[in-house]
Amino acid sequence: MSSLENKEIDEEILVCARELVQALEEGHVDNANMLIDKMASIKGVSLFQELGKLTREFHEALNGFRADENLLGMAEEEIPDAKERLYYVINKTEEAANKTLNAVEDAMPLCDAIEEKACGLNTSWDRFTRRELSAQEFRKLSKEIAGFLTGTSEDVMKVRGKLNDVLMAQDFQDITGQIIRKVIALVENVEVNLVNLVRLGGDSRVHSNPENKAIQREQEGKLEGPQIPGKESEGAVKNQDEVDDLLSSLGF
Amino acid sequence: MKILIVDDFSTMRRIIKNLLRDLGFNNTTEADDGSSALPMLENGSFDFLVTDWNMPGMTGIELLKAVRKNEKIRLLPVLMVTAEQKREQIVEAAQAGVNGYIVKPFTASTLKEKIDKIFERIDAK
Repeated sequence: MSSLENKEIDEEILVCARELVQALEEGHVDNANMLIDKMASIKGVSLFQELGKLTREFHEALNGFRADENLLGMAEEEIPDAKERLYYVINKTEEAANKTLNAVEDAMPLCDAIEEKACGLNTSWDRFTRRELSAQEFRKLSKEIAGFLTGTSEDVMKVRGKLNDVLMAQDFQDITGQIIRKVIALVENVEVNLVNLVRLGGDSRVHSNPENKAIQREQEGKLEGPQIPGKESEGAVKNQDEVDDLLSSLGF
Repeated sequence: MKILIVDDFSTMRRIIKNLLRDLGFNNTTEADDGSSALPMLENGSFDFLVTDWNMPGMTGIELLKAVRKNEKIRLLPVLMVTAEQKREQIVEAAQAGVNGYIVKPFTASTLKEKIDKIFERIDAK
């Protein structure tokens, strides 16, 4: 109860007390009894106010305890889980970088060899157009050209395969993006809970309205997103084969 | 064959687009979620839809359900390519009338196999 309220009550009682003394001195017993009842009721009101205040504090303390519980859950489960998710992101990006670098390293020598052979043939072809080649040299050249044409289409197929590897290696971005979004949502959640805790700690200057964000998170929370290998949640399939089995059991 | 690719990650759309081109499907268009995809499908005479599940705005499952409810496009073949791999979600997609379901990360051959299978089944009808 504020000191202002207390002061008002004290003054009211003081006024009653003065009137009571006066009533008793003047012998007005009925009046005196009425004043005593009035003073008692003033005390009663203040008691109810005090009780209300206690109830409110109790309620807020309970809410604070709930916020504590949220934080506890986050510290015990969600943060370690987020750490594992982030390690998985590191692994996925590392794997993608290696796949890409391997493909480039495999494709480079193939391109170099094609270029080298083409240059050699070009020189011989120039000599042929200048009619500098003997019949025997020309036979050798035409054999080389035939070999180059077959070899090149094979090598280009190989380079194409490597480019495809580079393409597929980029699929990490979608998976890691989804995982990082989930971790960001967790960090936001921790932040909101910490702000609530600070607010409960008595600093009324901190204002926050976490309701909207909480709703948004709840909606996001319904979708599981990428599973971490070895840490699949209950009821999740592990790979495409299990998806196919499940679908065929449904008559697909 | 005109194909719409729906995914909120542009990298994934590009991967799928390139894989489809490799399989001989050159006419592809992209959308980044269900709510932008639906009007495109309604107006665009698409023959095939490849969609992710988890997207901001309208999700892939909502898009699938909207397609099946829409008289104009209800027969459109839909292939879901998603990181969602809970059994109940796969069942939900099947019940909503999905034609194929691929979990990420996937391979080029998985994509080819599922597309072939979808068109085999459609041709058989």
